[in-house]
Amino acid sequence: MNNKVPNNRAWLLVLPMLVLVAFSAIIPLMTVVNYSVQDVLGPNARFFTGTEWFQSMLNDDALQAAFLRQISFSLIILAIQIPLGIGIALIMPKRGWQASAVLILITLPLLIPWNVVGSIWQIFTRGDIGLMGWGLRELGINYNITRNAGDAWATIILMDVWHWTPLVAMLCYSGLRSIPEAYYQAARIDRASKWAIFRYIQLPKLTNVLVIAVLLRFMHSFMIYAEPFVLTGGGPGSATTFLSQSLTTMAVGQQDLGPSAAFSLIYFLVILLVSWVFYTTIMNMQKDKPPHGGA
Amino acid sequence: MSYQLENTQRGEKYNTIFSKVSPAKRRNRTARAHWRSRILLGLYLALMILPIYWLINMSLQTNSEILGSMTLWPQNLTFDNYIGIFTNSSWYMGYVNSMLYVSMNMLITICVALPAAYAFSRYTFIGDKHLFFWLLTNLMAPPAVFLLPYFQLYYSVGLFDTHIAVALAHCLFNIPLAIWILEGFMSSVPKEIDETAYIDGYSFPRFFIKIFIPMIRSGIGVTLFFLFMFSWVELLLARTLTATDAQPIGMIMTRTSTASGIDWGTLAAAGVLTIIPGILVVYFVRNHIAKGFALGRT
Repeated sequence: MNNKVPNNRAWLLVLPMLVLVAFSAIIPLMTVVNYSVQDVLGPNARFFTGTEWFQSMLNDDALQAAFLRQISFSLIILAIQIPLGIGIALIMPKRGWQASAVLILITLPLLIPWNVVGSIWQIFTRGDIGLMGWGLRELGINYNITRNAGDAWATIILMDVWHWTPLVAMLCYSGLRSIPEAYYQAARIDRASKWAIFRYIQLPKLTNVLVIAVLLRFMHSFMIYAEPFVLTGGGPGSATTFLSQSLTTMAVGQQDLGPSAAFSLIYFLVILLVSWVFYTTIMNMQKDKPPHGGA
Repeated sequence: MSYQLENTQRGEKYNTIFSKVSPAKRRNRTARAHWRSRILLGLYLALMILPIYWLINMSLQTNSEILGSMTLWPQNLTFDNYIGIFTNSSWYMGYVNSMLYVSMNMLITICVALPAAYAFSRYTFIGDKHLFFWLLTNLMAPPAVFLLPYFQLYYSVGLFDTHIAVALAHCLFNIPLAIWILEGFMSSVPKEIDETAYIDGYSFPRFFIKIFIPMIRSGIGVTLFFLFMFSWVELLLARTLTATDAQPIGMIMTRTSTASGIDWGTLAAAGVLTIIPGILVVYFVRNHIAKGFALGRT
C-alpha cells in the first residue's frame, strides 16, 4: 500500500480513539510505573525505592519458576496447535452447507467465556461425574488432576488445544480460501503430489496468516489466567501456576503494590519484546513481497 | 536418468515424474483421500463436541442423578436447572449485565475505530507507524497487569460497579483489534472510489457514511463479531470492576458452590446458556467469517 496520501489532519480522525485508549491504557500504566518505584506503606507514607523491587522480582525463585512454566506452556501449545490447525484447515470442506456447519461448529469453543471453559473441563475431567475422568479411571489409569502434576499439565494443554486450535484452523482456512482455483488446476496438469501442492502452493499462501496465528496464540497463552485458575487453581502445589495467576495473587490477594507493579512491567515488557520481533518480521515480509501480493 | 528416458519414450513423461500411478487408480485414490479427510474431520469434531455435550447432558439432570451414577444421557429429563435460572433475578440479571456491557463496548469501539482505521488505511501522518505499533501493544497487555490500576481509576472517578466501566475497560484490547481488522478491510477498497466521490462533491462525513461504510459492511459485521467474542469471554477485568449491580454471569456462576457442595446442575445449565449467544452471533456472520479471521487480509 504505497499510495497513501500524506495528510496530518488525519490525526483528527484518530483523536477520539486516542483519547479513549489513553484513558484505559496510559493512565493505568503510569499508575503501575508509579507504584513500581515506591514503597507504599499508607496514604501518606511512601518512599522512593528506585529499582529495588525490580531486582527482587527478577531474583524471586517462585516467579522464575512460574516464568519457565509459562514459556514451556506457550511453546508446547504452539507446537501442537499450529500443525493441528493447519491440518484441520486442509480437510475442512470448502463450499456448500457443510462448510457453514463445520465453520460454526469449529468456532464454538472460541465463543465460550474463559471461566466456563475452565468449568467445562473441570466437570469433564472429574473422576466421579466427568466422562473423561471416569473413563480413564475405568481403564485403570490413576488419573487425578488435583494430585498428579503431570495429569494437571496434560489436562491444561489438552484444554488449551481444544479451546484455541479453532482459531489457528480458521486463520489457515481463510488463507487457503484466498488461493485461486487456477493454481490447483495448474498443479493437477503437472500431476503434482499432495505434498508438492501443500509445500509450493498452500504453505506460501499461509505464511501471512500463520504469523498472525503464532502472534495471537503466543500473546494469549502468555496471559492465560481464567482457564487454569478454574480447572486446577494453579495446583497441585504450584505446578500449574502461570504468570498471570502469580501476579493476581500478589496484587489483589496480598496487596503488595510495589513488587507486583514491578512484576507487571517486567511481564508486559517480555510480551512486548517477543511481539516486537514478530511485528518486524511481518513488516519485513511485506517489504520483500511484490505490491500486489497484498498484506 | 535412464528411468526418466524410458518413460519419456512411452510418452508419459509428465505422468511419471510425479507419480507412477495410472489415471484410473489416481481417481480412485483421490476419492479415498476425500473420504479419509471427511472421517478425520468428523472425528475431530466429535472429540471437540464431547466436553460440550457432557455439559448439556449434566444440565438436563438432577443433582442426585449427576452424583448418583454415570449416565451417558439424561435418564429423567429435567429442565428444573434452566427454570431455576430464568425465575431467579439474581441469575438472569447476570446475563443482562454481560449483554449490556458487551453491547456498550461494541458500540463505543466501532464508533471510534471506524474513523481511526480509515486514517490508517488512507493517509500517512506524523507518527502513524509508532501509533499503530503502540495500539497493538495494548493488545498484548495482560489484563492482570491492569487489574489494580483499573480498580483504583474507576473507583476514583465513581464508575466502579457500572456497565460502562467494564465497557471502557474492554476497549483496551478491543479498539486495537477493531482498528487492525477494519484497516485490512478498508485497504482492500480501491482508493479511486474515495477520489471519485470527492470530485462528485461529497463531503468527507457524507461520503464516509453514505458510500464507504456500506462498502465495508461485511468487514464491520466481522469486526463486531470479534468485539463481541473478546468482550464476552473476558472475565478478569469484568469481575474486578463490578461488585453487585453490574456483575457478569461468569462471576455469578461461582455462587453455585455452597456449604452443601457444588450445585452441578445449575452450574452446567448456566454454562450452556453462556454458549448460546456465541452460536447466534457466529450464525449471522458465517459467510464472512472466513475472511474476517485473516483480519481482512486475504
